[in-house]
Amino acid sequence: MSLLREAALIAGKDLRIEARARVVGQQVVPFGLIVLLLFAFALDPDRGVLTRVAPGLFWVTVLLASLLGVSRSFALEADNRARDALRMSGLDGSSIFLGKAGALAVELLAFEALLTLGVVVLFDVRLASLPPLILATAAATVGLAAAGTLYGVLAAGIRARETLVPVLLLPVVAPVLLGATRAWEASIDGVPGDAWPWVGLLVIFATLFVGIGMLAFGPLLEES
Amino acid sequence: MSLVVRLRSAVCLLGRFPALAGVDLDVAAGETVLLSGGNGAGKTTLLRLLAGLIPLERGEGTVLGVDLGVDRRSHRRRIGLVGPETGCYDDLTVRENLEFASRVAGVGAGAVDEAMAAFDLGRLADVRHGRLSTGQRRRLALAAALARRPDLFLLDEPHAGLDAPARSHLDRVLRETAADGRAVLIASHELDLVRPVADREVVLVNGQAAGVRADGSPPEAPETPTTPETPETPETPESPGAST
Repeated sequence: MSLLREAALIAGKDLRIEARARVVGQQVVPFGLIVLLLFAFALDPDRGVLTRVAPGLFWVTVLLASLLGVSRSFALEADNRARDALRMSGLDGSSIFLGKAGALAVELLAFEALLTLGVVVLFDVRLASLPPLILATAAATVGLAAAGTLYGVLAAGIRARETLVPVLLLPVVAPVLLGATRAWEASIDGVPGDAWPWVGLLVIFATLFVGIGMLAFGPLLEES
Repeated sequence: MSLVVRLRSAVCLLGRFPALAGVDLDVAAGETVLLSGGNGAGKTTLLRLLAGLIPLERGEGTVLGVDLGVDRRSHRRRIGLVGPETGCYDDLTVRENLEFASRVAGVGAGAVDEAMAAFDLGRLADVRHGRLSTGQRRRLALAAALARRPDLFLLDEPHAGLDAPARSHLDRVLRETAADGRAVLIASHELDLVRPVADREVVLVNGQAAGVRADGSPPEAPETPTTPETPETPETPESPGAST
């Protein structure tokens, strides 16, 4: 089996389970919308504050949701010792990484699409320049999914993994928060030229973590 | 007859505790071997060592022609391991779990139908794993191992939770497996159930193979509390002839 075919097998399995369990739809999406509402209550909507800080709030919410997604992705493998079955599968570590990160990226993209609607409606945001915004979102999502999957397997065998993953992951993905927020701000302000350098940063981050993940996931899975 | 498993003075550590303290074991193709012994004797650890899930600390080990000291991954696709838990996904159905198990092993879809028929899982095909009873989950785990069409079965307490018809199904599968020239190692406390299908019995005591039954004269496996909670290594009996 080729690398991509194996990855598609793993991603298909994770997405099918997620579609059945509906954790993203019934817990993560409401969580994200509640966070947006809380921000709307906490900040003053009359002074245009929400519109200005909307990109940052959006990506902080995505970051928090990605922690839930990572935790969920590896909880699947912990139940019934499925992780042992995955190790016994003989699949290459790179393909398992690509499959799990790919499934997480798809879930995050679906979440971000719904959250974007929430931001537009609740925060009165107008998306003036779409191409850099879409590319920044895609690159940031791939980067988050790759880094999250890598740190997820790193903490998978540890009892305190639910609390350890945020501590390990959030500092690492700070460049994603910065780059995606700046790219969104430029896109919303209608200055796409200011967005492209940040899109470049996000692409580099995503490429780096996909590469590291493909190399390191297999050995880390063995030790988990 | 070619050897599927060959261990010499195999040592495995769980932390600093020697869960296996020098095991010698040979298993030939087409052979069914019962691993018996008290709690903490090292049966499960031995199965996990052979599956490549834990490293060989010292000694020599070859499984399906692969040296465990060098590579403990490349033979896994040819092994059907059934441990204490099923290794299946709660939100996938019986058929989906079996299809996933066979596809990752690179086996065609026909193996799924065969495995479902072997363990009478046809009417449960569309039921999710999370909704199965304990015995049904056990049957699914065994079927998932069978769906991989492995050359070596490693079964840990395979009869646990099975009713009489399911035990009968399992025994038939074990006999057919051996007849196909595949090897089976069964770790079990249910000796009366396994002995009829086993060619011989290897008794583990304190992480060592202490004796072999090949002709109806089983050496008794004493109950020895050798769990990691009692890390002192008790004196172990000499074990000549454990490998055959």
